[in-house]
Amino acid sequence: MTGTFVGMPAFPTAARQALGDTQLRRNLAHATHVIRDKRAKVVAEVEDWEELRLAGAGVKEAALRDLATHLETLEASLVRAGATVHWARDAEEACAIVAEVTKAHGVDEVVKVKSMATAEIGLNEALEAEGIAAWETDLAELIVQLGDDLPSHILVPAIHRNRAEIREIFLRRMGDVGRPAPADLTDEPAVLAAAARAHLREKFLRARVAVSGANFAVADTGTLVVVESEGNGRMCLTLPEVLISVVGIEKVVATWADLDPLLRLLPRSSTGERMNPYTSTWSGVTPGDGPQEVHVVLLDNGRTRALADDVGRQALRCIRCSACLNVCPVYERVGGHAYGSVYPGPIGAILNPLLHGVSDEQTASLPYASSLCGACFEVCPVRIDIPSVLVDQRAAVVDYHRADRVPKAEAVAMKAASWAFSDSRRLRTAERASGLAGRVLGRFSRTTLPGGRAAAGRLPGPAAGWTGARDLPAPPEESFRDWWDRTDGGRDGGAR
Amino acid sequence: MAGCRGVRVALQITCVNDAMFPDTGKAVVRLLRRLGVEVDFPRAQTCCGQPMVNTGYLDEAVPVVRRFVDAFAGYDAIVTPSGSCAGSARHQHSIVAERAGDPALAAAVAETGPRTYELSEFLVDVLGVTDVGAYFPHRTTYHPTCHSLRMLGVGDRPTRLLEAVRGIELVDLPHASECCGFGGTFALKNADTSIAMGADKARHVRDTGAEVLVAGDNSCLMHVGGMLSRQRAGVRVMHLAEVLASTEEDEG
Repeated sequence: MTGTFVGMPAFPTAARQALGDTQLRRNLAHATHVIRDKRAKVVAEVEDWEELRLAGAGVKEAALRDLATHLETLEASLVRAGATVHWARDAEEACAIVAEVTKAHGVDEVVKVKSMATAEIGLNEALEAEGIAAWETDLAELIVQLGDDLPSHILVPAIHRNRAEIREIFLRRMGDVGRPAPADLTDEPAVLAAAARAHLREKFLRARVAVSGANFAVADTGTLVVVESEGNGRMCLTLPEVLISVVGIEKVVATWADLDPLLRLLPRSSTGERMNPYTSTWSGVTPGDGPQEVHVVLLDNGRTRALADDVGRQALRCIRCSACLNVCPVYERVGGHAYGSVYPGPIGAILNPLLHGVSDEQTASLPYASSLCGACFEVCPVRIDIPSVLVDQRAAVVDYHRADRVPKAEAVAMKAASWAFSDSRRLRTAERASGLAGRVLGRFSRTTLPGGRAAAGRLPGPAAGWTGARDLPAPPEESFRDWWDRTDGGRDGGAR
Repeated sequence: MAGCRGVRVALQITCVNDAMFPDTGKAVVRLLRRLGVEVDFPRAQTCCGQPMVNTGYLDEAVPVVRRFVDAFAGYDAIVTPSGSCAGSARHQHSIVAERAGDPALAAAVAETGPRTYELSEFLVDVLGVTDVGAYFPHRTTYHPTCHSLRMLGVGDRPTRLLEAVRGIELVDLPHASECCGFGGTFALKNADTSIAMGADKARHVRDTGAEVLVAGDNSCLMHVGGMLSRQRAGVRVMHLAEVLASTEEDEG
């Protein structure tokens, strides 16, 4: 039912389209600032936040270092508890396993707990192709699904929508797929939530198969964990007869004790709450209580590729809190769709290339979708140094194109700059040319900066990217180094 | 200033300052000399290599980083009027050296990196001054550039220096810690997004009613200033060094 990110243009093009949508920009600026401020407030309450971050990073890092062992332990614990464990190398394998289990029960629908892993593998679309309807039960996911839309945020997939738009979507679409929205529906949040509740209740009580992901998986006890705010996840996890959980292999931690820092870091970073409202844990089958058949699909889909990357490996620590999205000035302006993936924002800009490589243009544009301001690193609860990984992934993009028969103009320019900057005499020559350009410009320019300096207005060619919206000061006639030489560093009276 | 007697201090003038904003370099010279520091300008210096590193051209950055460490070898302190370049020397040169697989370069980088100071750090931490004897009677607002704020952690050093300036009326910039949108080649590769960010920053600057916008990096100022100029906002942008170097004589 939902669209797909396949065929999205590279980031700069998608961003340009998004920037033109003033409603979107208003929705995003408002929502990100609200969550950002909430987060900052509750994080400031924790005295040892930095120690907690280090503990969270440490737990995840330790789990990744010994991933194979923990996964084997997890599998053994789950099997002991009565679950069936499947291993999926990629999206296709994972989707096929879920479809097969579902079909074995002769049903044509499943209810879903909000899950990034299932969104990543395009599970809903794959099930639809098999004639199985997958109903999203998270409120925001429901809005996205009913709107034939794409998610644009990890935590709040419908962040780009406002109340009026949501009301319109509910009225138009709910009746097509189940219980219709009441005719007198208003755009009051409580009224909208009540309509979703009534619509979903019907599906919870009917569905025999549920699909979930997991926020964490504890190896030694074989416990899967889902944290959520609405309680719809718990409905899916407890009511149906069959439960299928698709779990990224990086979700594993060694012990229950390891959950401690993570469950304290996540809600404050994510929703700005001190504690998340619902924490559900399950492990295999309990006769007569809850799902009587439990399947766990352990998903790779590029994770071992990311794990092999010395610098990028740390991205697998991500606990999907989305704090980095909410503080990112780029995300705030363009929204999540421009990233062309279910993982948008700063974490998406590194995770997508790490999982899939940089061979396609869209993914290769993502590491550049950042001004490297560092706000993401500052808020990351597990201390992922996103700016450093971005730079490293940019290097991966550049290296991928090193053998190109026709080098990009940028590569030629960087090689030229490298040559000029390798020797101060070469730099001086380049600067004198720029000074000459400045003299010419100074004579013809009609633009003057406050303070009296001549500037260039709109210029053609490659400079247009700059001068479309910004004046450019004319280069001075004399560089600093020429001034230093001429005046002996200002000692002979030329100090200004 | 006794702390600096016999200390060899080198001035690092960034490539942007050298070619586009030489007055910033002159202001640093004037300021440091007024404070009794004798500075050298090592002639062999060129650039910190950040334009290449941040765009992903790590191989191309190798000879530039080599030039940097050669030019500044043997100095006790390297002072630069740029949070960005100081950040590059301290945090990025080691990445370049490691990639080059050159232990000698890595050792040289480990020597120069920690001795590279952004101007406000040098003034406050090394010289131990906050009142540099400046006079600047203008309504001024300060934008903390991302690299000085986050990569270096200069904290309130620049504002402490500005607060001590005589005659200044320092006003808070709303949403000060948000990026201006320059980001090096980001301004060209993602021009539309960069402009959207810059437009918001320019609007916040205008909201303060300040005559002058001050920051510690000329590249960010070139971006926001270019935007303010295009909007005919009448706000002048100045580097922190130029404000700190100003005296009553300049104003007279």
